[in-house]
Amino acid sequence: MHIPDGYLGPATSGVFYAAMAPLWMAASRIVKKTLRAKQVPLLAIGAAFSFLIMMFNVPIPGGSTGHAVGGVLVAILLGPWAAMIAVTVALVIQALLFGDGGITAIGANCFNMAVVIPFVGYYTYVLISGKAEVNSKRRVIAAFVAGYIGINVAALLAGVEFGLQPLLCHTAEGHALYCPYGLGVAVPAMIGEHLLIFGWVEAIVTALVVKYMQKQAPELLEQEVSK
Amino acid sequence: MKLITKLWIALGVLILLSPLGLVLPDHFKAGSAWGEWGSDEIGKLVGYVPKGLEKLGELWKAPIPDYAFKGWEEKGLAHLSFAYIMSGIVGVALVVIAVWLLGKCLVRKNE
Repeated sequence: MHIPDGYLGPATSGVFYAAMAPLWMAASRIVKKTLRAKQVPLLAIGAAFSFLIMMFNVPIPGGSTGHAVGGVLVAILLGPWAAMIAVTVALVIQALLFGDGGITAIGANCFNMAVVIPFVGYYTYVLISGKAEVNSKRRVIAAFVAGYIGINVAALLAGVEFGLQPLLCHTAEGHALYCPYGLGVAVPAMIGEHLLIFGWVEAIVTALVVKYMQKQAPELLEQEVSK
Repeated sequence: MKLITKLWIALGVLILLSPLGLVLPDHFKAGSAWGEWGSDEIGKLVGYVPKGLEKLGELWKAPIPDYAFKGWEEKGLAHLSFAYIMSGIVGVALVVIAVWLLGKCLVRKNE
């Protein structure tokens, strides 16, 4: 889901940078209020976890690859605004140092993976958890569903961003200037592979770690729902 | 053992296991992620290389492109796995430093 340089036209890239600016500012304002000094190591671990889990490319035999993002998990444990910061840091390092995701696409990639995944995932988790006990099975199921839905909504959005490009920018002969695949190809491709394979990876990772945290640090799960 | 210590160890284990993300796709003959092809690859897929894509694609030369050291592309999976682990270490170090610096700015005022 890391859109490289050259796949989005300047207008699309610009729109997402413009959308991210106030979101990043809001995130720092909110995290400034809620984050305590002793939670900073946990935020660093969350960002590092997101960075690393994205290195685990999962193959579709003979086809493409994809991976989990870890954004739903970080959102469940630290809140969606802190998760936005953690995933943004991971994405920026990936783009600058490893060329994973484009420089011009940082806005779009952050919107998909650092905003949509944490927020959709977090509120799905809160909704399904309801008033369930911190150590209940329901919380684990909520985490599983939240992981699956969070990454799939982001994949759908990435598919739309790719798919709009041939409509927005093309030459007189009808050759695309940027991503050459339209909505009819890009959307089914992105959402299909995430619904079938990569969504389950995000779901399993999120559910397993939440289950582990129920035993190891239930207070981390407690704080978030009271918010 | 403190939770934080356990989590750091878990991250270390993930770094060591990370080459799985390289070896498994290779084993199952899986190519690039959808929409993440290089310009050569996209030329083969659609019959032409979109002009803007070609130009913007060269905008940034990452120091460790695709988590591999330059010139190591043909050296085989063992070398690539080593580079992948080193990339994991460097990446995690930078991510942690960045969050720590952000944390300094963000947390200071309410203490």
